[in-house]
Amino acid sequence: MSAAEWRNAMNAGAGRLAMGKLLPQKQGQTTFSDPADRIGGKRGLSLFLHIGLRHVVVLAFLLAFPVYATPFLTFQIGAQSLALGLVALSLTFLAGYGGMVSLAQMTVAGIAGYSVAIFGAAGSSDAAISLGWPWWLAVAVAVVIATLCAAFIGWLSVRTEGIYTIMITLAVGVAFYYLCLQNYSVFNGFQGFQRVQAPTVLGINWREPLPFYYLALFWSLAGYFFIKYLLRAPFGIALQGIRDNPRRMNALGFHVTAHRIAAYAVAGVLAAIGGVLLVWYNGLITPNSAGTSWLINILIIAVLGGMRHPIGPFIGAVVFVLLQTFAIDLIDRERFNLVIGTVFLAIVLFSPDGLLGLWAALKSRFASGSKFPTPRGGSK
Amino acid sequence: MKQRTFVRTLVGAAVLVAFSGAAYSQQVVKIGLLATLEGPFAAGGADGMRGAELAIKQKNGMAGGRKIELIKASSDAKPDVAVNATRKLVEQDKVDIMVGPLSGGEGIAVKDYSKTQPNITFINGSSGAQATTLVSPSTNFFRFNTEGAQWMVGLGKAALDRGYKRVMVIAEDYAFPYSQVQGFMSEYCRLGGKVPVKAWVPLGGKDYSSVIARIPNDVDALVVVLGGADAVNFLNQYEAAGGNKPMVGGSITVSQDILNYKGKRRDSLVGTIAGSPIADAYDAPDFKAFVADYQKNFPVSSGAYPSPSLFALVYYINMKAALDGLDAVKGDLSGGQAKYREALAKMTLKTPVGDVKLDANRQAIGSTFITEVVKDAQGNLFNKVLRRVDGIDQMLGIPKDQFKMGSRDEPNCP
Repeated sequence: MSAAEWRNAMNAGAGRLAMGKLLPQKQGQTTFSDPADRIGGKRGLSLFLHIGLRHVVVLAFLLAFPVYATPFLTFQIGAQSLALGLVALSLTFLAGYGGMVSLAQMTVAGIAGYSVAIFGAAGSSDAAISLGWPWWLAVAVAVVIATLCAAFIGWLSVRTEGIYTIMITLAVGVAFYYLCLQNYSVFNGFQGFQRVQAPTVLGINWREPLPFYYLALFWSLAGYFFIKYLLRAPFGIALQGIRDNPRRMNALGFHVTAHRIAAYAVAGVLAAIGGVLLVWYNGLITPNSAGTSWLINILIIAVLGGMRHPIGPFIGAVVFVLLQTFAIDLIDRERFNLVIGTVFLAIVLFSPDGLLGLWAALKSRFASGSKFPTPRGGSK
Repeated sequence: MKQRTFVRTLVGAAVLVAFSGAAYSQQVVKIGLLATLEGPFAAGGADGMRGAELAIKQKNGMAGGRKIELIKASSDAKPDVAVNATRKLVEQDKVDIMVGPLSGGEGIAVKDYSKTQPNITFINGSSGAQATTLVSPSTNFFRFNTEGAQWMVGLGKAALDRGYKRVMVIAEDYAFPYSQVQGFMSEYCRLGGKVPVKAWVPLGGKDYSSVIARIPNDVDALVVVLGGADAVNFLNQYEAAGGNKPMVGGSITVSQDILNYKGKRRDSLVGTIAGSPIADAYDAPDFKAFVADYQKNFPVSSGAYPSPSLFALVYYINMKAALDGLDAVKGDLSGGQAKYREALAKMTLKTPVGDVKLDANRQAIGSTFITEVVKDAQGNLFNKVLRRVDGIDQMLGIPKDQFKMGSRDEPNCP
């Protein structure tokens, strides 16, 4: 039993005792079983196996979204959020569950994007660079290369902790940016590659908003459930153990370094798929696609959404994309960046766990609420 | 029974047509306006917006009998950001006509996007990459400004006339400066000038010391094609390094926003020759009226420049083209805007700097100025006109089959 679970159980027990004095037993139990179910580590497994109502509602909404939304919302808000969310999910997995904050996740996505442009077909101004391989081969090679690079970045940075991991991954990211910017024989410098478009397969032009949305949705769901599964699998449990106490895990016989590198590689696959989606979404890739601002934007998305659950990065991405797109309509055109900054600041200030934390706090307030305020409400 | 339904339908249709006709003339035309309000060209982008607004103000917000509604968006000179902003204007805000973007790479990306929106007419902002209209042009993308290479025609001869026989090129590393350098070099090399070194620096670079160290002693002048903050940074660092070579400027190097910067090196800009589609001191009545109107609408106290910058002029020209086109078709944008586009393609646009016509790729054939920076009595710097060159097309006077687009290595005459 972990320390958190122990604390939970103690709190729940104490609450129940206190409750028994005030209210009939039956009512007390229903009140408490609910939050404990959702938060408690052990019972989470059964929750995962059991598909709840909210899963169905969210899934139905996501599937039906393009029917109600305009192509613009489908493509620019929907698909872009999903692709960015997938890249941010890789960071949430590394940072939230592995304790390793890597700023290089967009770099991995950028490597995948560039690989698609270089191996596949792209219309750069001097198109001699692109090899013009069939799309499936280019995409497969891109994901493999990006995953290998992610593992390499992991290998470089896993022996460090905290701020040093951030520094090393930031350095790798900036180095890749300048490599792309200054190399002309492979990366085509500042101009990068234009017209990197999703292929037409099975008679469907995947560049169209609707097909592309479902493509992004498919891979985002795949990534989401894969991470959810992985977190309950021995690999994920061990990873969380390493996050909490690497020395103890080492003593238990786990190879901590190898485990962490493997986590980087797993995150690399997600970031690579996200990167392929992003390059198809933009239809182009330039060094700025993996520049410093994007490295940090991915961190913002992950923190904004919350790192406690794999759904966090997707929520963060939706908020991020909505703000980027519509902030200019809210306020004077010269000041709209102020809105974006203020919202980010407000979310992080009022809820260190991002929007997920805000949601949890609201839920526990409504669940236990004003009737009997307990210390538990605040701590979640 | 059947006949009665038919009559009813007919009457219904007639009423509908009458109503839609009436509604049609009152309908507003939405025009999207995209410029860079962030990043290295933020100041230029803001002035571009002023230029576009001025064109609308001059017509009291009406064109072709319809009210104009302007919806603005911003990018930061990155192509993906520009396409996202354009897509929002076109697909979410449902603009009828799109004006923008500002920089070269953005222009190519927006032109590629315009192919997916065949019912919207795209008019350039101030982007000046050659490829936009030379490589796979889009039938609904129009550019009423001359581009980067055209702006520099005539400058090669002017440099040789001053005795600059060998020059070094320092330019940003992307499409627009490639074009500018080609416009200069194609003439300069043909007349016997030599360019032993070309330094391509990243856009938004902060440190130019390595470039300054590479300047050979035996060159007579530097051809500096940098814009905005980059030009100011380079000028400061070149001054700090003790540099004293005369300069030949790109079109946005000596634009009004650079001449207004407050550094010491500012004075050494005096005497710099440049090729530019705008010249502050051009004394044609049309241009004077334009400058006066700009100054009246945007006083310096509101953050505007004492005299409109290149971006203001070019955005003004393109927005004016959009509005004149609407006038020509009396606001009729029906049929996928086919009539409107035909009017645009055939139009001879009157601009403050002379008449502009479009070629087969919907690219402007127009004039450029050879200018020199001089200081006026109040100590303000401005561009004096040395010469005006007319009727420049995109081939720069090179036969079409020999023409190659400007790049890092083209043209070349070490």
